[in-house]
Amino acid sequence: MEHKTKWQYLKEDLYRCRTCYVMLAPYFILFFIFTVLPVAASVIISFTDFNMLEVPHFVGWKNYIKLILDDDVFKKAFKNTIIFAVITGPLSYMMCFLFAWIINEFKGKLRAFLTLIFYAPSISGNAFMVWSIIISGDRYGYLNGWLMKWGFTYAPIQWMQTEKYVLPILIIVQLWLSLGTGFLTFIAGLQTVDKSLFEAGAMDGIKNRWQELWYITLPSMRPQLMFGAVMQITQSFAVADISINLAGNPSVNYSGATIVTHLMDYGSGTRYEMGYACAIAAILFALMVGTNQLIQTLLRRVGE
Amino acid sequence: MAEAKVKRRLFRKHKQKQLNRSMAGNTLLFVIMGICGVFMALPLVMIINNAFKPLDELFRFPPQIFVRNPSFDNFGDLYVLMSSSWVPFTRYILNTIIITGCGTVGHVLCASLAAYPLAKWQFPGKKFLFQMVVLSLMFSYNVTAIPNYMIISWLGINNTYLAVVLPAFAYGLGLYLMKQFMEQLPDSLIESARLDGAGEFKIFFTIVMPNVKPAWLTLAIFQFQSLWTNTGSGFLRSEQLKPLQYALYQIVGGGVARQGAGAVVQLIIAAIPITFFIICQSNIIETMTTSGMKD
Repeated sequence: MEHKTKWQYLKEDLYRCRTCYVMLAPYFILFFIFTVLPVAASVIISFTDFNMLEVPHFVGWKNYIKLILDDDVFKKAFKNTIIFAVITGPLSYMMCFLFAWIINEFKGKLRAFLTLIFYAPSISGNAFMVWSIIISGDRYGYLNGWLMKWGFTYAPIQWMQTEKYVLPILIIVQLWLSLGTGFLTFIAGLQTVDKSLFEAGAMDGIKNRWQELWYITLPSMRPQLMFGAVMQITQSFAVADISINLAGNPSVNYSGATIVTHLMDYGSGTRYEMGYACAIAAILFALMVGTNQLIQTLLRRVGE
Repeated sequence: MAEAKVKRRLFRKHKQKQLNRSMAGNTLLFVIMGICGVFMALPLVMIINNAFKPLDELFRFPPQIFVRNPSFDNFGDLYVLMSSSWVPFTRYILNTIIITGCGTVGHVLCASLAAYPLAKWQFPGKKFLFQMVVLSLMFSYNVTAIPNYMIISWLGINNTYLAVVLPAFAYGLGLYLMKQFMEQLPDSLIESARLDGAGEFKIFFTIVMPNVKPAWLTLAIFQFQSLWTNTGSGFLRSEQLKPLQYALYQIVGGGVARQGAGAVVQLIIAAIPITFFIICQSNIIETMTTSGMKD
């Protein structure tokens, strides 16, 4: 009996919200077809030996076991990714907010100009190109050119072919590129903070801009901060483009290998071992989801 | 009594724009922004200068950032290369307009429409749907490319604009972004419109969307950028359907001799999203001065 009433409640709810399902429908139908289905398919493929030519066979956990126990390159890639994410993640995130907040202090045309300048690395197409010219290993590279002109070195340094330089350079480039999605979202978010709160805050004894930031601005921007955090996680853990463009794939002694470059090596790259690539993707996914849980808990405590 | 008076006077004094701001702090921020700005602007400066460099300057040692003898030779070279292409170049431009235009408008509309109930309504399945979108952002799109290709050819839209545009409607980022901004709208705003007898679609278009204008203008920038860099490789195989970006890269694939034209291509590839960015950003700033609709 009770079961039936619950079912009826649900039916009533569904009927009451029919307009809202109409609003949801266009997006979510497409989302199911073009995002949910492919992801589900990838997870299934990760349990097979699919190589894009033969009919896939179910192999159970074999891909995962091989990945965790028997893949030295993955170990290196995993380590690099963690170093990368731990350094660039929080730093980029803070830079995004800090610069957005500072730019918000300016008015009018200057403000628009500053937004453009700081977003420029993310928008000017292949920003890696600039860096590959700067750190190019021959004497035509800007960095080598300057170092030789001022007498620091007499022979050009092969930046991206020297193992010890690769990861630090990639981290610097990533930091320089970090004012992207999060940054623009914060810029927009700062606009929507209720201005009357600042006046009320001044009445309540807020004395300087730092107190204003912590007690008013940050708490009012919690939704944007959460969004920014998710974007930051996806960017920091999935770093690959910079590495491939600047260090190559595979890089020297895998010094620039990350989880995603490893994945691309097996998947879309040369080996076509899709089952294995999907297993890598699944592990990366688990890593990101775990980090996200942690960050979201931390962010709930902002401004308390 | 006296204290309250002082407070009120302070409040009035501060209200002239500069609330809680010290002169020293402002100067410091100005200096920081100046120094950092130079580093951030470097690629832009370089792209612009390179486009005007004659070939000998592009290969000068030690390399120079600024151009010495600016010339329009590179632009001329690119024009010659463009006019000798097999498919007329205007066709590529048209393709790009169709793909980025439809993809951007469609995504902003679809995602906002779906974000509104997620942000402001209670209904069965709400949490599940939202979590699914957030999690989808974290799955590496590299491995979903093959299932995606299979789905698109199964739908029979392979080698049409739809193969690029339809998936663009359903990116996860837009929904998440719009939902976060709409969540901040005061419930009373929507409640009062509902009491006035406005339908949900009317509320959405006349109250919700104007109030989150900064959000959807920002989303439009993201979407434009990601579609602009999408060369449609894999799906668009007919030469007549390929976007501008693809054609431009084909031109500079010719090695050293085309370095000059390549520099101009870099400039064009950067200039178009930047123009779009400026249009959107200046509108965001306008809303700031006219807003005040919040309670």
